[in-house]
Amino acid sequence: MSNAKLRRALLSIAAPILALFVAFLLTSLVLMALGDPVKDVWITMLSKPKPRQITNIVNGAIVLYLSAIAVAVGFKMNLFNIGVDGQYRVGSFAAALFAGQAWLPGVLNILVAIVVAMVAGGFWASIAAYLKVKRGVSEVISTIMLNAIATGVVSWLLLKVAVRTAGSNAIGTKTIPESSQLEGWKLIPGASNRIYSLLLLAILVGLLYWFVLGKTRFGFDLRATGSSETAAVASGVKVKRMVMTSMIASGALAGLIGMPLLFGQDHSYGTTFQSGLGFAGIGIALLGRNHPVGIAFAALLWSYLDTQANGLQIRAGVAPELVYIIQGIILFAVVIAYEGTRRLDIRLEQQRVAGELAAQRAAVRDQEGAVA
Amino acid sequence: MSTVVTPTPTPTPRPTAPTRGSFLANPWARWGMIVLGAIILMSALRVITGANDLDSSGAIAAAFGLAVPIALAGLGGLWCERAGVVNIGLEGMMILGTWSSAFCAYHWGPWVGILGGALGGLVGGLIHAIATVYFGVDHIVSGVALNIIGLGVAKYLASRFFTGLPGGGPTQSPPLEYAPSLSLPGIGDPLLTLERKHIFFVSDLAAIVRGLTTNVSVLTLITLGLFIATWYVLWRTAFGLRLRSVGESPAAAESLGVNVYKYKFLAVLASGSLAGLGGAFLTLVASNLFRDGQTGGRGYIGLAAMIFGNWRPGGLLAGSALFGYTDAIRLRAGGQSVHAVLLLVAVLLLLIGLWQLFRRGRVVQGVLALVVAGLTAWWYFAADTVPNELAGTLPYVTTLLVLAFAAQRLRMPAADGLVYRKGEGH
Repeated sequence: MSNAKLRRALLSIAAPILALFVAFLLTSLVLMALGDPVKDVWITMLSKPKPRQITNIVNGAIVLYLSAIAVAVGFKMNLFNIGVDGQYRVGSFAAALFAGQAWLPGVLNILVAIVVAMVAGGFWASIAAYLKVKRGVSEVISTIMLNAIATGVVSWLLLKVAVRTAGSNAIGTKTIPESSQLEGWKLIPGASNRIYSLLLLAILVGLLYWFVLGKTRFGFDLRATGSSETAAVASGVKVKRMVMTSMIASGALAGLIGMPLLFGQDHSYGTTFQSGLGFAGIGIALLGRNHPVGIAFAALLWSYLDTQANGLQIRAGVAPELVYIIQGIILFAVVIAYEGTRRLDIRLEQQRVAGELAAQRAAVRDQEGAVA
Repeated sequence: MSTVVTPTPTPTPRPTAPTRGSFLANPWARWGMIVLGAIILMSALRVITGANDLDSSGAIAAAFGLAVPIALAGLGGLWCERAGVVNIGLEGMMILGTWSSAFCAYHWGPWVGILGGALGGLVGGLIHAIATVYFGVDHIVSGVALNIIGLGVAKYLASRFFTGLPGGGPTQSPPLEYAPSLSLPGIGDPLLTLERKHIFFVSDLAAIVRGLTTNVSVLTLITLGLFIATWYVLWRTAFGLRLRSVGESPAAAESLGVNVYKYKFLAVLASGSLAGLGGAFLTLVASNLFRDGQTGGRGYIGLAAMIFGNWRPGGLLAGSALFGYTDAIRLRAGGQSVHAVLLLVAVLLLLIGLWQLFRRGRVVQGVLALVVAGLTAWWYFAADTVPNELAGTLPYVTTLLVLAFAAQRLRMPAADGLVYRKGEGH
């Protein structure tokens, strides 16, 4: 038994490493075919990041981690929440609006604003959940539409409540009071910038994800529904309610994505808003196999690539968007590798069982032969 | 499918329901009645609200320009999903099409550009086909990855090949030659005169005919041809029957000797080149250059239009026309036209609400529809225009509403989105 476990562990580590290697190879081929400096590109991408950049990588990973966890909750249930981007936008806006009013003092303001973000994100996801459960609309299509609608509605609301920053055309919500701004920690020696304080939030969310999905009845039901809906129904799971709950939970977590940025860096919702984090989250959740620790590594890798690519234009004369190609190939390679190793695992298991059965049969025959 | 959506507009509350006589049983007559009803409805709405741009020939032409790329993307989705492969990567394939069509058109002229667009999309289709058909990767996952790659490849190649060219740069191509367009000679001006008189129905008809016959791009005509060809190939040939059987029940098809992988592979390739052609339309007809972010989510809308059209070419065409039209009136007169549409929505919801309440006895749904109808009507009368930000969401809200009301009547191919492995059939 432990033999099979060891084999499985080895295979699941081998898959991402293989994927990285394939991405390296294919990207090099593309660069070579177009006559771009392959060596300079990899020197830039693989150079040791400075302390300042390490801070940026960790900060980026915090945000991506939250995004991927939000996606993973849906994935565990075979729900594709493509709408994390929109839910995150709605959540960030609502929280920024609330925190900007400064109705509550200091830390209390932050905590309630985080709850507001979760409620807003969850509400936005609940529309897709309702349409799926009651009207049979695929969540893939409805969440894509809701992403676009979120962009329109939020930019309209922003115009209604916006305050203009003095001396610029940028508009945004009211800046949150200084007592509610989080300065961050200097965790990386030698770096002048700081790690977001809400690193704590990401760790907490990761722990909760691990606990709720792995150790509670709700999590078991959720995973059961994801693996086989018919089996789940047979064991008494109310599938429609599970779809509703997990979609809203995914949306509520998506609402959290913007929090480290809001309280640690931007202090208002405005033109600095980063879109597309939800889509990166899908890739990271897949890379990390929906596992809380795997996702952490995947988020760090993703963020590392993003940060290192910034230097590509200057140091190699290549567009930094090359990183999307690398990330996309990694994603393809890793899902293909996971699929391949899964099948290899099944085949090896079948061979082992077949071998044992054959041995048993041979033993029985020998015994019979001895008796006769 | 569209019988669900469009019949409500005609004056009587339930036009197509019980008395479907011999005349309306003919699909051509039914489609004709739907189109006629829609025109009467739009002209009534125009006269009542005074929003003259609702169906001007300019708006119709613009709607065409916006509908064609959506229709091409949707047609790509249709080929793919009829063979049982979900293609959420249409957006990425379209992006690849925009870059490659611009590159080819700059070097060898617009005709090669059109071909180049299809080739660019084909490359995207090839990746999706290898991943989903041969490696058995989840279709949505592969699509998402393809969208990331498509975006990256287009940006990388644009900055590699368009930087330094006259008028080009890392995010846009140099100006290109438009793809040629045709007009039906001799009728444009008289129709314009008629349209300017703003007579009920007559002017509207004139405007629509003028919009459909003046300055029509060759790519639009090619698209129409592709629609007819798709319908014929998929529903009238042995090849099409096999392709659709692969999407309905691959195991059964396999047992009848159909090479499932081959048909899926071909369908995804066709899907990619159609989406790429949609990208070519954006660079060569809708504008005259490649621009970063040019597709603006049209691949996704194409997918929605296909679902709206119940995985059929005719329905898909109607869906794309609807999205193209809502987008066009928003872009042209913005808030004013969308504001006029509010009245239409209010009346439609009122009818739906009454129908749910009295005919089907569904109190909750009926009351909900009536309340939303009341709110919409209040919005219509309280404001003069709809803010641009909200007007921009019109196509998406329309999609959601249509899906919410019609999703249960839609039927997708039975094995759509399921990974099929040779020899592991049920």
